[in-house]
Amino acid sequence: MNRINRENQLFQLILARIKETIREPGVIFWGMIFPMLMSLGLGIAFMNKTDIFRRVGVIIHNQDTISTGDSTHVLQSFLQHQTEKINNPKDRFPAYKFTIRDEKLGNSIFLFQEMRWDEAMVLLKRGNMSIVLNEQKGQIGYHFDPLNPDAQLSYLKLSGVFGKKGNPVAENRTNIQPLTVRGTRYIDFLIPGLIAMGVMMSTMWGISYDIIEKRSKKLLRRMVATPMKKYNFLFALMTVRLVMNFLEAALLFIFSAIVFGISIQGNIGALFLIFMAGSIAFTGIATFISSHTSKTEIGNGFINAVVMPMMVLSGVFFSYHNFPDWTIPFIQPLPATILADGLRSIFIEGAGFAEITVPSLILITTGVVFFTAGLKIFKWH
Amino acid sequence: MQETAVIEVKGVHKSFKTVHAVKGISLRIPKGQFVALLGPNGAGKTTLVEMIEGIQKPDEGEILILGKHWKSNEEELHRILGISLQETRYIDKLTVAETLQLFASFFNLYRDRVDSIIDLIGLEEKRKSYVVNLSGGQRQRLAIGIALLNNPKILLLDEPTTGLDPNARREIWVILMKLKEQSETTMILTTHYMEEAEQLCDYIIIIDQGEILKEGNMEQLLNSDQEKKIVEFTIESNSFSREITETGSPFQIQWDPARKKGIVEIHHIDKELPALFEYLGQRNLQLKNLEFRKRTLDDLFTSLTGRHLHE
Repeated sequence: MNRINRENQLFQLILARIKETIREPGVIFWGMIFPMLMSLGLGIAFMNKTDIFRRVGVIIHNQDTISTGDSTHVLQSFLQHQTEKINNPKDRFPAYKFTIRDEKLGNSIFLFQEMRWDEAMVLLKRGNMSIVLNEQKGQIGYHFDPLNPDAQLSYLKLSGVFGKKGNPVAENRTNIQPLTVRGTRYIDFLIPGLIAMGVMMSTMWGISYDIIEKRSKKLLRRMVATPMKKYNFLFALMTVRLVMNFLEAALLFIFSAIVFGISIQGNIGALFLIFMAGSIAFTGIATFISSHTSKTEIGNGFINAVVMPMMVLSGVFFSYHNFPDWTIPFIQPLPATILADGLRSIFIEGAGFAEITVPSLILITTGVVFFTAGLKIFKWH
Repeated sequence: MQETAVIEVKGVHKSFKTVHAVKGISLRIPKGQFVALLGPNGAGKTTLVEMIEGIQKPDEGEILILGKHWKSNEEELHRILGISLQETRYIDKLTVAETLQLFASFFNLYRDRVDSIIDLIGLEEKRKSYVVNLSGGQRQRLAIGIALLNNPKILLLDEPTTGLDPNARREIWVILMKLKEQSETTMILTTHYMEEAEQLCDYIIIIDQGEILKEGNMEQLLNSDQEKKIVEFTIESNSFSREITETGSPFQIQWDPARKKGIVEIHHIDKELPALFEYLGQRNLQLKNLEFRKRTLDDLFTSLTGRHLHE
């Protein structure tokens, strides 16, 4: 009988926690919808090949006209014969449009505009265009900042056009093979990162904030002034968070599988293991940082202090190998890094238990150590 | 022979960083008694009650509940105590019924108990309302409902009506008076409203600055100086003179400048009243109104401390 009653207490705590969680619209939005929107936004931003539009200043030394059709002037004859003249009464510079077609990389559209040198310099300084062309003795001169990658790209494309003697080429005929193999796209890198971030954010906010808020409302001390078992309270909190984490991750995965065709290449059991281990690690950390304070403002600070550095460093959005080499040994042991790396190795490299067991054990140990330390100093009153 | 005490507090002290909150208080509270701890804010009432509730530990002295110490009897004492802390806010997005059900589960109680509590605290219409949408009075009734869930032998209520309007306060009094009629619960209530102590409690303990100033039932407290009468008078506002409270006058007049009211205690109406008129007349103070009234707990507190309960 006693045993059934105890379960009843735990059952009610879990039930209350579920209701409390799902009745907060923010939980659904930030935990479930926001990661999907993020994957959609980032996935599309890095996948779509869009037309690139560039302005190019053209300095005509012979100020009177280009309409004389002097064929020795490469630039002038190019503008006259190869481009489409655009009549825009608002723009005081005569403009000519030229498009390099490229199905795979996206079209590059160049808008050539005739202007004087000083006018060109003003536009360059304003960032309205990045490259200026002129012609001296049949040679085309390119003027741009060599440190500006955009200007460099314009230069490469334009020199390809003008480099060829005779007719400038308006089509890219080189053999480019874009990497669209599953597992090599940016979205394949991103989704496991977003799942790791979700586990971190949801657990830290879900557990820490809840404990601190209940303490500040004096509800925690009211609850422990009953025969409620403290471990039941914590267990309910963690169980509900774990289930929510799982639902959030599953939803994001299903969404990205439908929209982007993401698939899991490694072992599902191993994936579950590292996911649980990550949740345990952050549950421990969350309990630790919420063990003492009863001020939600201080709690916010603690949570951000944990979450922010890992958001930036742990390779959620971009590989942490972009950071200087000396920082890598400090980044790799961070729980979010271990979790994101582990998830990625299963998602895209096809890893299994062999690769995941050690990182999982490290995460679980981290969680247990922080949890135990947190309980030691935990303030119920 | 002395009745066995349900709650026994012996020489208890408690200090915080800069405050000596409770300075050697001792109490014996018999079964079924409703006791008020009456005192102004910061008197040490909450600290004392929280020590009885087992939330705080005394630095010195001991506390026995039904003859048991908190240490090693926590589980058992939690089962027989019903408490309502000051300013507890329950879970916003749980309904009244769900909140009660959650707390009921801590005591292994089932739904029928929740229903009878909802009936007792008069929240039937609000049983499906979220806690966040309740008024102050309704929240406080819910807090008392939670305290009563386990049919407690001892009920400890810390300022249950502070901040409530008179109607909401009266509704809570009704619940507690019903409880007094129907059960043998012993209750300690802290308050700084003298009316609350008077209305609800058999025994009143006046506390100030961590010490008991006086205790007893209403008669014991107020009639110990039975011959004393309270005279309250007002004078024409522009004729106020400092002389009225000058030292060496035959009357100890307390002057309330906000209400332009003087209060004086007299023993013998026939002799002292004419003397008071004469005293005022000599100073050209024109009497506007004068009335006798019963002595109150606030008068008692003022005579003991020189301050009012609400200051």
